Amino acid sequence: MEAVPGVGGDSPVLLLDDVHKIYNPGPLQVHVLKGVSMAVEQGDYVAIMGHSGSGKSTMLNILGCLDIPTAGRYLISGVDVSELDQNQLAEVRNRYLGFVYQSFNLVKRTSAQANVELPLVYAGVPKAERRRRALTALGLVGLGERTHHMPNELSGGQQQRVAIARAIVTGPSVVLGDEPTGNLDPTSTAEVLQIFGQLNAAGRTVVLITHETEVADHAKRVVVLTDGRISSDVRNAPVQGEPPNLIDLTGAEPREAEEAIA
Amino acid sequence: MTPDSLRVALRGILANRMRSTLTMLGILIGTAAVILLVAVGAGISNQVQGQIGKLGTNAVYVLNEKNAGGQDRGGTNARQIKLTRADVKALSDPGRAPSVKIVSPITSTAGTVTWGGTTYSLGSFIGAEPVFGEIRNIRVQKGRWFNDGDQAGRAKVAAIGLTVVDHIFGKGVNPVGQTIQFNQVPFQIVGVLDRRGSNGLQDQDDVIFAPMSTVIDNVVGPIDSFTAIGVQAVSQNRITAAVTEINTTLRQTHNIRAGDPPDFKVFNAADLLAAGKATARSFRTLLAIVAGITLLIGGIGVMNIMLVTVTERTREIGIRKSLGAFTSDIMLQFLAEAVLLAGLGGVLGSVTGVLLGQLRIAAVQPIVSPGTVGLSFGVSVLIGVFFGAYPASRAAALTPIEALRYE
Repeated sequence: MEAVPGVGGDSPVLLLDDVHKIYNPGPLQVHVLKGVSMAVEQGDYVAIMGHSGSGKSTMLNILGCLDIPTAGRYLISGVDVSELDQNQLAEVRNRYLGFVYQSFNLVKRTSAQANVELPLVYAGVPKAERRRRALTALGLVGLGERTHHMPNELSGGQQQRVAIARAIVTGPSVVLGDEPTGNLDPTSTAEVLQIFGQLNAAGRTVVLITHETEVADHAKRVVVLTDGRISSDVRNAPVQGEPPNLIDLTGAEPREAEEAIA
Repeated sequence: MTPDSLRVALRGILANRMRSTLTMLGILIGTAAVILLVAVGAGISNQVQGQIGKLGTNAVYVLNEKNAGGQDRGGTNARQIKLTRADVKALSDPGRAPSVKIVSPITSTAGTVTWGGTTYSLGSFIGAEPVFGEIRNIRVQKGRWFNDGDQAGRAKVAAIGLTVVDHIFGKGVNPVGQTIQFNQVPFQIVGVLDRRGSNGLQDQDDVIFAPMSTVIDNVVGPIDSFTAIGVQAVSQNRITAAVTEINTTLRQTHNIRAGDPPDFKVFNAADLLAAGKATARSFRTLLAIVAGITLLIGGIGVMNIMLVTVTERTREIGIRKSLGAFTSDIMLQFLAEAVLLAGLGGVLGSVTGVLLGQLRIAAVQPIVSPGTVGLSFGVSVLIGVFFGAYPASRAAALTPIEALRYE
């Protein structure tokens, strides 16, 4: 496996250290995370489960540098994100993290290819190179034929695959999923999980939140969050190697395509 | 501003065609109004200047008080009121009137013009020295103005106004070289004058000019009384001095005692011009203010729409930020959209303004100046920057999670 840029040798790629998150500080405050500590090593595949209101979305937003902890530390590859300014956080999101949302969050009236190119635009990648990498990423998720379609011309499963292509186009070391299969039918769910499995098998760290055990069954490690605290943390497979239940639907060879992106 | 941000901005504008069109219409009307109203102002100013300028900008005229005021001095006929050759000579003396450059006596006669079988009752037949052409700022359209040789040789030549040409020869005919009769005296036409239009009282093209010597010999007879004296000051800022000198000199030659009213009137084209110009300038300022307000309202329209756009696209802002967009990227994106919106409106408005500026508006021919077009287009772009900056900074200041959660 090739080295993922920006990731140090010993420190875990993601480290939450006694993280608290409080919304609306004051008399009406909501204490969402009440001291969460978790280390994620490079190459792991973590599913975070919990009921709604358990704080799992907040936790993922903090992992994705979209939100900041009220207290506690969050380190990416040993770097404390609280020491980074707005633009540095934007750079971290751009280079080291890929985010996949339940509601796809594609930019409207913008073709699949242009959506996938967006992170590269913000990374300052030249146009020809952007196009090449976007087409490679779309090929990897099996959408090489639909690059010029607008989001509203694509099915949910296709939109989510565009979103995944967009998340991995910069070659991030960590891919985060916020219930990425929540809005999908079983067939699309299987496709999306296959892609996540392949990404992990190729060395990407994957963290996703879900409330479906069928989804969590594909992860190497399952963390359960209850009322803002980790109530269970179970390892189902070793950090290195293929994730459990890796499905091969298409017979594609994702690793080669994956390497072409990185 | 990169091609990328412009493309994204264009897509944003095209996404809401109706709304973008209406917003642009605000800027379009504003820009067109600025160009057009300033052009109308310039047109009015030019018209006033043209009317008065036709008298000759450095020109001063001396008239009989009777002619000027339209009434006799009353009481005594003991002294004949007239402007004489002696007056002309006195005014031509640099020792007495140093601010005076040129002097020409003027006689004006009415009469009948005939050519072939056509007869025409002429407004004025004017005799003057060749230098009068300079005093009155006369322009010749065809042929030439009469010269010192004509004056010395008492040549029977004439320069003729367009109204006379139209009546005798017909429109568009070149009469140069033809010989007409004025009160039975033949005059060869040597030049046709440029159109001057009406001065409000009389048609200034209903006129024939001939050399003073010829007119005295053949038309009015050996008189020593002129209708008026035309004077040109040395320069525009010596006009006031020239007027004073003329007054002093003529009071002496006419033997008017201190304290008595003068029997002549000095009439100054520059003063009229200045007054007219001042009026035109105030009018122009007023028009420019009205136009500026229109453009400002257009700018507020841009701001309003950009605020709506930012609110509508809050989620998109969140997505872009989560993908690594810098605050400045978002700022630039919305600023580009506002500037593009205003700039397109500005271009269309400039075109509209320039096109409408070709039409006559309320008898005024607007004068579109390239400077105004450039300025109002520039202002419309600046309006995009100014009124786009607040919505854009509001968009850019959102945190990714706030923006993503926005429904």
